[in-house]
Amino acid sequence: MKYVDEYRDPALARSLAAEIASLVTPGEVVRVMEVCGGHTHAIYRHGLEELLPPEVELVHGPGCPVCVIPMGRVDDAIAIAETEGVTLATFGDMLRVPGGSGSLLQAQARGADVRMVYSPLDALELARREPDRHVCFFAIGFETTAPATAITLLRARAQELSNFSVFCNHVLIEPPLRAILETPGLRVDAFIGPGHVSSVIGSDAYRFIPEEYGRPVVVSAFEPIDLLQSIAMLLRQRIDGRCEVENQYTRVVRPEGNPRALAAIAETMEPREDFEWRGLGVLPASALRLREPFAAFDAERLFALPGARIEDPKACRCGEVLTGQIKPWECGVFGTACTPERPLGTCMVSSEGACAAYFSYGRLRRPREEAGVGA
Amino acid sequence: MCLGVPAQIVEVADREGGLATVDVSGVRRAVNVALVDEPDAPIEPGDWVLVHVGFALARIDEEEARETLELLRRGAELERELEEMRKGTVR
Amino acid sequence: MPEPRTRRVLVRDKRITLTHGAGGKATRDLVEALFLDAFGNDALAPLGDSAVVSLPPGRVAVTTDSYVVRPLAFPGGDIGELAVNGTVNDLAVAGARPLWLTAGFVLEEGLPIDELRAIVTSMASAAGHVGVAVAAGDTKVVERGKADGLYVTTAGVGVLEHDVVLGPERVHPGDRVVLSGTLADHGVAVLIARGDLRLEGDIQSDTAPVHELAAALLGLGEGLRWMRDPTRGGLATALNELAAQSGLAVRLREDALPIEPAVAAACEILGIDPLYVANEGKLVAVVAPDVAAEALARLRAHPLGAEAVEIGAVEPEPEGMVLLDTALGGSRIVDLLVGDPLPRIC
Repeated sequence: MKYVDEYRDPALARSLAAEIASLVTPGEVVRVMEVCGGHTHAIYRHGLEELLPPEVELVHGPGCPVCVIPMGRVDDAIAIAETEGVTLATFGDMLRVPGGSGSLLQAQARGADVRMVYSPLDALELARREPDRHVCFFAIGFETTAPATAITLLRARAQELSNFSVFCNHVLIEPPLRAILETPGLRVDAFIGPGHVSSVIGSDAYRFIPEEYGRPVVVSAFEPIDLLQSIAMLLRQRIDGRCEVENQYTRVVRPEGNPRALAAIAETMEPREDFEWRGLGVLPASALRLREPFAAFDAERLFALPGARIEDPKACRCGEVLTGQIKPWECGVFGTACTPERPLGTCMVSSEGACAAYFSYGRLRRPREEAGVGA
Repeated sequence: MCLGVPAQIVEVADREGGLATVDVSGVRRAVNVALVDEPDAPIEPGDWVLVHVGFALARIDEEEARETLELLRRGAELERELEEMRKGTVR
Repeated sequence: MPEPRTRRVLVRDKRITLTHGAGGKATRDLVEALFLDAFGNDALAPLGDSAVVSLPPGRVAVTTDSYVVRPLAFPGGDIGELAVNGTVNDLAVAGARPLWLTAGFVLEEGLPIDELRAIVTSMASAAGHVGVAVAAGDTKVVERGKADGLYVTTAGVGVLEHDVVLGPERVHPGDRVVLSGTLADHGVAVLIARGDLRLEGDIQSDTAPVHELAAALLGLGEGLRWMRDPTRGGLATALNELAAQSGLAVRLREDALPIEPAVAAACEILGIDPLYVANEGKLVAVVAPDVAAEALARLRAHPLGAEAVEIGAVEPEPEGMVLLDTALGGSRIVDLLVGDPLPRIC
């Protein structure tokens, strides 16, 4: 596959790994957070951590839109799906996510009409094909996915579809980054910036991290060679005494992002006062809702949603995992009460969550000094 | 966070409606190009884009891609030579 | 004994109706016109309540399976061919020579009879190709909406004509894992054929009988330890079951795993791991190290094994786990499948 295979070349990986090893100071650990769940997945899929010297420690960030959705919102989606005559269209990622009382898959088994779609446009097509049903699209994702929902809303309005709506759960990347950066006891020295979010918002959007919080950022693509190169760039910044935003994903990401995508979001959505994030609490202006001109397509206005706020289980320490204060296996319920089948906390919900990725792909590799939890 | 796959535009079926077809190693799909099609830089067959949830989210800059790879390969070349010198095989 | 009716039975209905399920004349005509005509063999011919057969000497393998694939036909095959090959393969990887199959049909009211005829025809040709007889059958009809067109439940009987014992208990550290061909073809072909992801691609199901591949490996005698056809849940599930049952570890090499480019592309687009996607014409086997080369040669001598490769080895630990050495030089766990390998966006 073009633009994929070239960035999975083992020879390049070995030379980058050697370069990284030459850029660390023995015994001086550099904690690098990869913000994006897609990066977490790529790191485990290719077994990258084993190519890194012990001085480079990866901390898995909050950038997985499936993991951070509060359980109350899943219950709202289930309430919509169980409404007579309604079809809930959703990405595959959300089907297994547990709400307060079960998942969408379980609701489907009880007879709710839940359909998996690959694109919001497929949900729109569903509404056009089945005029006697109301199709509600369960929209999730960061600024990467919001433009797709925005264009879909514009087309729904242009086609004057009256049986289509969006349950908007799009979230923004800056607020959780600030929340993490402002956490006392934060143990993160540098950031690998998300790739595809940045193709929309631009690499300049992260300037606040070096400027206000003194940590360097490299925006990275998703293949192993890209990630290794980004880590090398971060280490070189530290050696040169630089602290800035650098863009490794130059083949796609521009400093100003994608103006058309930003315009589409701005036309259809606006920030909410605040939004609850699993593991991070309630963050101001951290999510989007539909603007007034699109009220006719806003599921939160069309349906009476329970809107319950469901606490994370007490034993769950995802917030500390997300800020690099503890490792997944240092959480008391990791691998016992909290597993990919019965996820307790946000980091275990999707295969990209820090704990799920570690449990499914990496749980054998205990750091040399810490004894592991049962495998 | 967001799965994006490089794909090549093979046909712009309906520019007005933003509809095009992309190909990835023989697998094809209709995608919406409204986010990348510009009046002064229209998207054309042969262009490479990043596809996410049925949309072309961004264009792929072939020149940038080539430069990054070139830089990396030269770095790898250099690394191998250094390695050989360290092992003393290069007199 | 009155002369059995020899007139050609015709079914004029265009669609299955509830009367076809009532057991009366309509049922008899359907069975004679479609099933008997296609499956014609001595065991089935009397249309008695049971087929009476005589078993050859040797241990007997018995299996059962049910097929609910949608759509009923897809590039590379259909539910009928799938049902025969899948049942044959379950017998073959147990070391048995397939002898008889049975097929129970649940038909939805309104199913076009031409569709049923095409499926029964492909079942008959698949059975003929392997040399097994469909010795018994049954047909029931349910109201419209109560089934998805057609379901097939099969049973299979085969005989073990050798004394090679196969199973996880025979697997030792150092043994090699060999795979007969490319991964994930069936699962991706059906996913695309279903149409709701609106992907197109010339990807064919690999549905095929692997009985000749299995027989070839049985020729290795003691050197052959274990065989499976990695269907639902893919290669990862078959190997995780082996690891758990044998208490050993299986270490795979990512760069050895054969995947067609278009199938790999579809998996990348949908965010699915091909290791967990169904195959319907592949065989995975564990063999002793000293016969590994010969095992590959035997597989590659057969058209269905042309791309056979060694993909990994058995190791003493970590107990009960499957590991993958990545092409990059790292490694990761290939865990038991949690949930369904659903397409994902992030």
